[in-house]
Amino acid sequence: MSRQPRASGYFRTGYGADLALLGTRLERTSLIVFAIALVAFPFIASPFQLDLASQVFLAAIGALSLMLLTGYAGQISLGHAGLIAAGAFTVGILFQELKAPFWITLPAAAVVGALLGVIFGLPSLRLRGLYLAVSTLALHFVVVYIGGEYESRRGFSTGIVIDPPKIGSFTIGDGRSWYFILLAAAALTLLICLNLLRARTGRAWRAIRAHETVAEALGIGIAGYKLLAFVISSAITAVAGALFAYYRGFVSVEAFSLFLTIQYLAMVIIGGMGSLLGALLGAAFVTLFPYLIEGALLALPGAQGYAGILFAVNYSAFGFVMIAFLIFEPLGLVGIWQRVQNYFLLWPFRHRSAAGAPR
Amino acid sequence: MQLIVNITVLAAIYALLACGYVLIYRVSRVMNMAHGELAMLGAYLLYSTASLFTAHPVTAIAAAVVMSLVVGVLVYVLLMRKMTGEMVLAAILTTIAIGILLRGLVVLIWSAAQQHPLQKLHFSNPSIELIAGARISTCAAVLVLMTILVYGALFAFLRFGSWGIRMRAAGQNPLLAAQRGVNLNAIYALAWGLSTLTGSIAGMLIALDSGLDQTMVVIGLKAFAPALVGGLDSLVGALVGAVIVAAAEVLAIHYIDPLLSDVVPFLVLIAMLIVRPWGLFGTREELDRV
Repeated sequence: MSRQPRASGYFRTGYGADLALLGTRLERTSLIVFAIALVAFPFIASPFQLDLASQVFLAAIGALSLMLLTGYAGQISLGHAGLIAAGAFTVGILFQELKAPFWITLPAAAVVGALLGVIFGLPSLRLRGLYLAVSTLALHFVVVYIGGEYESRRGFSTGIVIDPPKIGSFTIGDGRSWYFILLAAAALTLLICLNLLRARTGRAWRAIRAHETVAEALGIGIAGYKLLAFVISSAITAVAGALFAYYRGFVSVEAFSLFLTIQYLAMVIIGGMGSLLGALLGAAFVTLFPYLIEGALLALPGAQGYAGILFAVNYSAFGFVMIAFLIFEPLGLVGIWQRVQNYFLLWPFRHRSAAGAPR
Repeated sequence: MQLIVNITVLAAIYALLACGYVLIYRVSRVMNMAHGELAMLGAYLLYSTASLFTAHPVTAIAAAVVMSLVVGVLVYVLLMRKMTGEMVLAAILTTIAIGILLRGLVVLIWSAAQQHPLQKLHFSNPSIELIAGARISTCAAVLVLMTILVYGALFAFLRFGSWGIRMRAAGQNPLLAAQRGVNLNAIYALAWGLSTLTGSIAGMLIALDSGLDQTMVVIGLKAFAPALVGGLDSLVGALVGAVIVAAAEVLAIHYIDPLLSDVVPFLVLIAMLIVRPWGLFGTREELDRV
């Protein structure tokens, strides 16, 4: 992972240092502090805050996987909600039909996701840009239709209810244990993504994104790596969907509308393309945004009158923020973050002086 | 017979909506995911003007049509102009964001309840008996006629009008066109305006026929399938694609399962993408194999 150079005299002298995830002591310390804060959080937070944090972790898993596909491998997908639905329905169907425990359903969801990833990815071997976007969009509708068909045929027209998962005699039901499970899942996903990206696979993806023909000339098997991007991303997404199903205890097609896809794309865009930190920031932003709007609206005088239009206000504000980011800050939250960092790095100067100085 | 009438009406709806996708794609290579929302906005504008000019239905319709043209031009001038030269994904996402914004605003302004502009205009919508017992509502008949009219006008405009020729030139080679003195911004704005105009006409007529609410967005999205099946840069293709998709959808609803109606257009689309991604009448230049 080539990162931008720092202001201090920290130079990487070997490939090992360039590959290291945590190069400096500051990075190590801040990671430990951050980890302690995350672990301590559920003991001081209210149940509502716990739920919010868990939702952010769930969204982060999905956003990270979409970032791998779109932000790094450069393949556009408008079928993300379809993959989440596939994972959730795998859990729902296996639970309803076979009463399968979670250690069967989660891997099953990953396998279903990987298979769907092949199907979603096959058009990418032939199509690019807009046409790829459309084909994934079409597949989204097919997946959601199949899910809805299962619901209505089997008589779960309102949705499938799933019992909370059990380990031995311990039932994972309360907010705090879910918080830790989802935190662990999100951290694991992040680690998988980091490892993929600093290895051969990630370099191949970035080469494909930069220029397909050049990548092929460099000896990268385009078809294989494109499919691999779809398969890995889809498998992670389906697991996220499976976790979502367990967390909610309920699966219904209504939850997986096109709007969900748009939300995940918004996370990637608002966070910042081509950055895992961006995916995390975007996931937090998009998940918390409706609650912020709700809070702001209810703080206004005459709060009760607004309750009915809350949904519409959310929609408009969300669209507005998305347009604002696309037009004024295409680099997303990460772009803002880097600008703030650079401001302090360069202070008291406003611009970078010569070549080799930090950007 | 009734099946054929149904197919014709649905094909007319799809064709009228699909030509909006084609116009924008042909000129600026952008896929407008907010087309359904813009069509819905046009229909709601008609609802407003209908309550404003209660005595003059024709004035109301004319005002709504002009306003929808202005909306389309404004969308380009204010937002999409800034996206020229950006990634495909960024442009698509901007249109999606516009769509979400419009959906929210429509509910804020006009509420989410189903509206009936037909009653506001004091029109009635009796069904007409055609040959062999097939029936068609007046609005649907107007819709079919309107589609023929719009397509005739568009063909004439693109073939003979000087702005139409400039539009085709901008679509074929923007750089060359700009160097020969074609104002690309004006052309793109015109394409957005015309696209929104035709979409809004479709939206208004659907609203007159069967009421107006948020479900129109789905029709708008489904209408992308005919545009792509026919070839994204071909008007003839959009017409043929509309007939194919409408036939497939009506037959599937009638013979297999009514729930299929939302999926069939996309199944046809996938089949087309596998066999001939550039569509029946499209040009295949920008789609090279890997």
